[in-house]
Amino acid sequence: MNFQLNGKQVELPEVVDSVEKLLTHYHLQSRIAVVEVNKEIVRKEEYETKKLSNGDVVEIIHFVGGG
Amino acid sequence: MKTRYSRQELFLGKESQKKVESGSVIIIGAGALGSSSAEMLARAGVGKLTIVDRDYVEWSNLQRQQLYGEEDVKNKLPKAFAAKKRLQQINSEITIDSLIEDVHGLNIEEMIKGHDVILDATDNFETRLIVNDAAVKHGIPFIMGACVASYGSTFPIIPNETPCLHCLLNHLPVDGMTCETVGVISPIVQIVTATQVTYALKILAGVSVSPILKSIDIWKDEKAEIDVKRLKNNHCPTCGEHPTYPYLKFENQTKSDVLCGRDAVQIRPPKTKVFELKVFTERLNGNVTNLIINPFLLSCGFDEYRIVFFRDGRAIVHGTNDTKVARSIYTRFLQYYLE
Repeated sequence: MNFQLNGKQVELPEVVDSVEKLLTHYHLQSRIAVVEVNKEIVRKEEYETKKLSNGDVVEIIHFVGGG
Repeated sequence: MKTRYSRQELFLGKESQKKVESGSVIIIGAGALGSSSAEMLARAGVGKLTIVDRDYVEWSNLQRQQLYGEEDVKNKLPKAFAAKKRLQQINSEITIDSLIEDVHGLNIEEMIKGHDVILDATDNFETRLIVNDAAVKHGIPFIMGACVASYGSTFPIIPNETPCLHCLLNHLPVDGMTCETVGVISPIVQIVTATQVTYALKILAGVSVSPILKSIDIWKDEKAEIDVKRLKNNHCPTCGEHPTYPYLKFENQTKSDVLCGRDAVQIRPPKTKVFELKVFTERLNGNVTNLIINPFLLSCGFDEYRIVFFRDGRAIVHGTNDTKVARSIYTRFLQYYLE
């Protein structure tokens, strides 16, 4: 599966086909994050059902505590 | 035109420069983010700066906290005090207030009153949500900024316009990745503060800012921007139609009491949750001494203090009568569990 993720082209295993799986792939599943797919924000309740396809433009911003 | 601000005035224009010089900014936290943005704002000539911090300067700060030097560490100077000292050397024409205090829901409103902009330079989510409540309640823009490792994010919270931090976070994150557990490099600090200070200058100059959540990883060379307008929640307890400002309420504060005659302070978190003491013990491995655990509590030496930590999150910090010191130790200790 090919995505544009945070401005970079990435190639990920075919099994990574939903927002939920993408977050898990990057170990972000337990983090608070805002996810956007093709300029549409995906709500947390839709992470499992929101399917990804080749060429999707994905942005993920997670929150960190430090400063 | 004052020579001192001539280059900035050429860019901003005379009117905007005047607004900057009569503006006031409060910076919550004087660690890496706070040092960096305070220096930029002082050099820019912002009329009044208020610096709030509860901590003192340590050796591990010097790698990135640009306002401090070796003498400050040797003298164990409070950061807010050391910051003011350095900022006055940089610009003696502005007013600088320093508050050596722990920010909580009951003192934040008094602190922010009279300021035009609040800059986030805190190191934890709880304080951010407290400041967020106060900022929205008093209608003062609050510029969020955070960083850890080589990653940072920013978001300008404009009351009544943008979503607030509470809308974005929904609930308090349990994730505790901090600079003390995974480290941080200074370039990401500068990127976060460059963005925050730009927002601050724009707001002071009366220029509007967009509700864009931004992140950048300077090491991995990644960045993202999301317009989060859609996440503004009409039922948000902070910025919704019927706000309750939960983080400003007495019952939601972390409480600390000096235990009389025992050289110890008890810390009680606002919400009880059950901590897995065995897991905590594993994560503390190598960072504490004389660790004892039973089904109810764990006890260990941490720095020069002894901590007795109960399953419900309550703790007694032995070796101090100072609630600020005890809270700071408690927060650092807890970070090992949240790692």
